[in-house]
Amino acid sequence: MPREERCRILIVGVGPAGIAAACAAAEFDDSVAVLDDNPAPGGQIWRGEENPRIAQLRDSRARVFSGTRAIAPLGGGSFLAEKDGEPVLFHYEKLILATGARELFLPFPGWTLPGVTGAGGLQAMVQCGLPIAGKRVVVAGTGPLLVAVATHLRERGAMIEAIAEQAPRRCLLRFGAELWRAPGKIVQALGFEWTLRGVPRFTDAWPIAAHGENCVKAVLLETRRGARLFPCDDLACGFGLVPNVELAALAGCELHGGFVAVDEWQQTSLDGVLCAGEPTGIGGVDRSIVEGRIAGYAAAGRRDRARKLFAARRRLHAFSAVLTRCFALRDELRHLARADTIVCRCEDVPLRNATEHPTARSARLHARCGMGACQGRVCGPALDFMLGWTEPAGRARPPLYPVSMATLAAACEEEPTHV
Amino acid sequence: MPENIAVKVNGVAVLVAPGTSAAAAVILAGFAACRASVTGAPRAPLCGMGICFECRALVNGVAHTRTCQVTCQPGMVISTDAA
Repeated sequence: MPREERCRILIVGVGPAGIAAACAAAEFDDSVAVLDDNPAPGGQIWRGEENPRIAQLRDSRARVFSGTRAIAPLGGGSFLAEKDGEPVLFHYEKLILATGARELFLPFPGWTLPGVTGAGGLQAMVQCGLPIAGKRVVVAGTGPLLVAVATHLRERGAMIEAIAEQAPRRCLLRFGAELWRAPGKIVQALGFEWTLRGVPRFTDAWPIAAHGENCVKAVLLETRRGARLFPCDDLACGFGLVPNVELAALAGCELHGGFVAVDEWQQTSLDGVLCAGEPTGIGGVDRSIVEGRIAGYAAAGRRDRARKLFAARRRLHAFSAVLTRCFALRDELRHLARADTIVCRCEDVPLRNATEHPTARSARLHARCGMGACQGRVCGPALDFMLGWTEPAGRARPPLYPVSMATLAAACEEEPTHV
Repeated sequence: MPENIAVKVNGVAVLVAPGTSAAAAVILAGFAACRASVTGAPRAPLCGMGICFECRALVNGVAHTRTCQVTCQPGMVISTDAA
């Protein structure tokens, strides 16, 4: 029999939303647990750092299971997880999904070279000890994350050669004008600008090719003054965020426009399953925290406490809408990959083999596009954007990640309902 | 100062700070890539958060370990495809 853990309220994901949910729930319930696949709490944004919210979680009654990956919902208030290659069965009454988001990566010639990373991805790696001092870095893509990442890297000694934002200048100005909604963000933005003084900044600019033999040596950026070559040691590219909805979809939660549909209590279409943060809509850390707290209080039966946060959530949802509008991806980005550019990195499928197919499913079955270890998490959203593919039922299949045989065997001992 | 941790990457001994990921140790040891793709191209971490699987390597005998999500422990042995 696999190891089993029981709790009343189980939270998946220990980033800002999961931490907020766990702390709120644990105020009123002594049986709260939270699990996450990373070595320590914090999610992506607070990775490798110590802050008051992480300290609050540590001081709370919630039990934290780090290095523990959710693998498959089994129905009947339980799901299968894996830690160090061993299965763990979690049993719960209420489930809060706080699974966060990942970056959208768009294929362009050379994007598979070592040294080409995500924007948040490079920051995460640097927070885990990747040396960056003295390295020449180009940051490209879209959104406020680029500036935050560039600031972080420069503070650690990186030489930022350029920041390329694909959005037009007028959209950035509009975004700046909307920041009054979040005064804290103005202070933060001014800090970023101070750290980044002297760094070449471009709007209406994006990577069109990365050059190098065994690792990236330079990037060609499209700018308003034509294509320009920037020598670099690292190219950090993030084209926005993709919600991690796979676990919710597999559990049977309704999705709406690619996001998990929730009501005012962060309750999904499934009784007893709540969702908070980026999977309900991309909005950043503040929105995630407020939604997490609402979900935590609601799950603990304290709707009175949850209701007090509705006004704050409304303001943050308005800010999300501004983000989405100002940093919409331009059409040119759909056509960066050439026919021979690899789109599925797991199976090395070039674009031409994918475009022969009308649907993601067909490309998977016939060209192995999306059939590798990442299960389409990278190429799926990219091809959705590039080719207009959508999969109404979602592309999630159990197990959510490759697992050991021991874990798979444990899944077979249970009676799955949604599998 | 907490003591540095000794690990080996493709036989190369390297000292890393506590909290360093196995992925960072690969770079610190002087290797640019973690794995060879199905057509033999060198690949290194992309997402940094355990979803892209580009950072896979053999860690303490366990194949396909996502090195970006593993923290270096004393005596850890990491082998990459590309070496």
